[in-house]
Amino acid sequence: MSNQKNVVNVEDVKKIARLSRLHVEDTELQSLADDLSGILGWIEQLNEVDVDKVKPMTSAVAMKSPMRKDIVSDGGKRDQILKNAPKEDDGFFVVPRSVE
Amino acid sequence: MTDLTKYTLDEALGGMNKGDFTSVELTQAHISACESATELNAFVTTSFEQALEAAKNSDLRRAKGEIGIIEGAPLGVKDLFCTDGVKTTAGSNILDQFEPTYESAVTANMNAQGMVMLGKLNLDEFAMGSSNETSAYGPVINPWRKEENLVPGGSSGGSAAAVAADLCLGATATDTGGSIRQPASFTGTVGIKPTYGRCSRWGTVAFASSLDQAGPIAKTVKDAAILLQSMAGYDEKDSTSLNVPVPDWKASCGKSIKGQKIGIPKEYMIDGMPDDIKKLWDNGIEWLKDSGAEIVPISLPHTKYALPAYYVVAPAEASSNLARYDGMRYGLRTNGSDLNDTYARTRTMGFGDEVKRRIMIGTYVLSAGYYDAYYLRAQKVRARIVEDFENAWYKCDTILTPTAPSAPFALGRKVVDPVEMYLNDIFTVTTNLAGLPGISIPAGLNADGLPLGLQIIGKALDEDTVFATASALESAADFNSKPAKWWIK
Repeated sequence: MSNQKNVVNVEDVKKIARLSRLHVEDTELQSLADDLSGILGWIEQLNEVDVDKVKPMTSAVAMKSPMRKDIVSDGGKRDQILKNAPKEDDGFFVVPRSVE
Repeated sequence: MTDLTKYTLDEALGGMNKGDFTSVELTQAHISACESATELNAFVTTSFEQALEAAKNSDLRRAKGEIGIIEGAPLGVKDLFCTDGVKTTAGSNILDQFEPTYESAVTANMNAQGMVMLGKLNLDEFAMGSSNETSAYGPVINPWRKEENLVPGGSSGGSAAAVAADLCLGATATDTGGSIRQPASFTGTVGIKPTYGRCSRWGTVAFASSLDQAGPIAKTVKDAAILLQSMAGYDEKDSTSLNVPVPDWKASCGKSIKGQKIGIPKEYMIDGMPDDIKKLWDNGIEWLKDSGAEIVPISLPHTKYALPAYYVVAPAEASSNLARYDGMRYGLRTNGSDLNDTYARTRTMGFGDEVKRRIMIGTYVLSAGYYDAYYLRAQKVRARIVEDFENAWYKCDTILTPTAPSAPFALGRKVVDPVEMYLNDIFTVTTNLAGLPGISIPAGLNADGLPLGLQIIGKALDEDTVFATASALESAADFNSKPAKWWIK
C-alpha cells in the first residue's frame, strides 16, 4: 500500500491487538500496520463531508424504543445454556483461574 | 418423471396444491441434486434426514388442509441463522462445534409456514466478505463459470449458488453491505434486502447490528416475495424489529408501474464501470420506460462517502459484537497460560484474517481519543446519506442502479489491497446505511456469458413498489439463462 504517512504504526497494532484480545506475531505487525493504515487512510476522505450541525444517525427507521414490563419472561434453561460449554462441571461453567 | 428441481417455488407450491407431487417427492429430488453437487461446496451442514421427516409431516398437514405460505418447500438456510439442534457455524472455526438449543426468529417463522430445511449454507466468515472466500469451510464455487472457477459473491455465496444450481427452491440470506444482492447478481438469482427491521435479528449471528438485515435469495421476483412474507414479522425479542403488518407481497408482483417515477442517480456512473454494465443499466431504463414508468435524473451527492462510512460503522459494531467469543461459555477454547492468554489464543485460533482485520479496525476507531473522529463522524455522514435519499423521494418512487460493479470474478484472484474487495459493495451499501429496501434481479449476460444484476431501491417500508417494479423489470428482461450443470458427472 502506497500511503505516504502511515496512520497506524507497529506500536499501535500491538495496542489494538491487546485491546481486541488477539495475538499478533512480531513478523505480522508491519504488514498489519500497512493494511490498517491503508484502510484508515481511505476512510480519511470522510473529513471532506460537511457534518456541521448534523445529528449522528442512531437508527435506520425512526421509531421509539419499545418498553416492556420488568418481569422475568424466560429462564430455567441451565442445561441448554451449558450444552455448548467448552468445559462444565456440576452445572457450572469451568473457566481458567482469574485471581491468584 | 419431470425434474422437480426445475420448478420455481411458486410453481412447486402450486404443484403440491394440485396433488401433482408430494413434499416428500420434491424434497427427495432436491436431496439428490444436493448430493450430486458437493463440488460447489454450497453447504456447511446438510440435514437430509430431518428434511425428509419434515416433508412427511408437511404432507400430513396438507392432507388436513393446514397449508402454510411455504408449505412443504425444500429450502436452504444461511449458516448464520441459529437452528435448534443443527450446527450453526457462521463460517467460522470459533463456532465449529456450536449446536444451538434454540431457533432464530426468522427460521422459526418459516418453520411455522411449512419450511423443509435441507441444510445450512456456506458463507463468508461472520458474513464478512464479498466472494465467499473467507469461509473456514472453503470457498463456494459459482455454478456459472468460464474456463476457470468463479466466486459466487458474498457473503451469502452458498445461498446464491444453491439457488442458481437448483439445489433448493430458495434460501435465506443476510445483507449488511450487499451480502444478499451482490451474490444474487453474480449467480443470476433474485435477492432482496427488505427495510431494516422487517425481519427480526433475534437468533441470527450478529455482524453489524444497525446494518444487518435478513432476506431471501430466490429464482424469481415472485418467489422472493413469497419467501420474504414467510420470514418477516414483528418480534418483541428484537428491539429494532418494526411493529408493522406484513403485506401480501406476492400480490405486488405483476402490478402495473405505469406513471411510476424511477430515479437514475448520476453518482452511480463511476469511473471504470465496465461497458457491459453501462449497457445493462441503459437497457433497464428502456425496459422500465416501455412498462410505462417515467425516468428522472436524480442526485445522491454523498454516495462516494457511503463505503468509507460503512467501513467505520460495520467494523466498530463487529468488534463489539464479536467480543462475546471468548471461549468461556460456548465455541472454541484454546488454553493459554492465564485467562487473558486463553482469550487471546482462542480468538487468534478461532477467527480468520479478514475477521481479525475488521475487529482491529473497529477496536481502533472506537478506542479512546478516536471515537469522535471516526465513529461519530461516520454516523453523521450516514445521516447525510439518508438526507440524500429523502431529497430524492421528492422526485421519484424508486431508484434503478446496477447491483455490482463487475461480473463474477475468478476464485483465488489475488487481492493485495483489502479496499479493492470492499468496492464490490459500492452500489449496495447505501441502502444498508439508510435502512432502505433493495432488490437485485438478473437482467442480462455479459460478453463472457456471465450474469449481471440490476438493483431497485425503494422507500422505507415500500417493498410493495419495489416488488412491482422488479417484477416489471423481470418480465422485460426475460432472463431465463441457467448455468450448465457441469458438476453432474
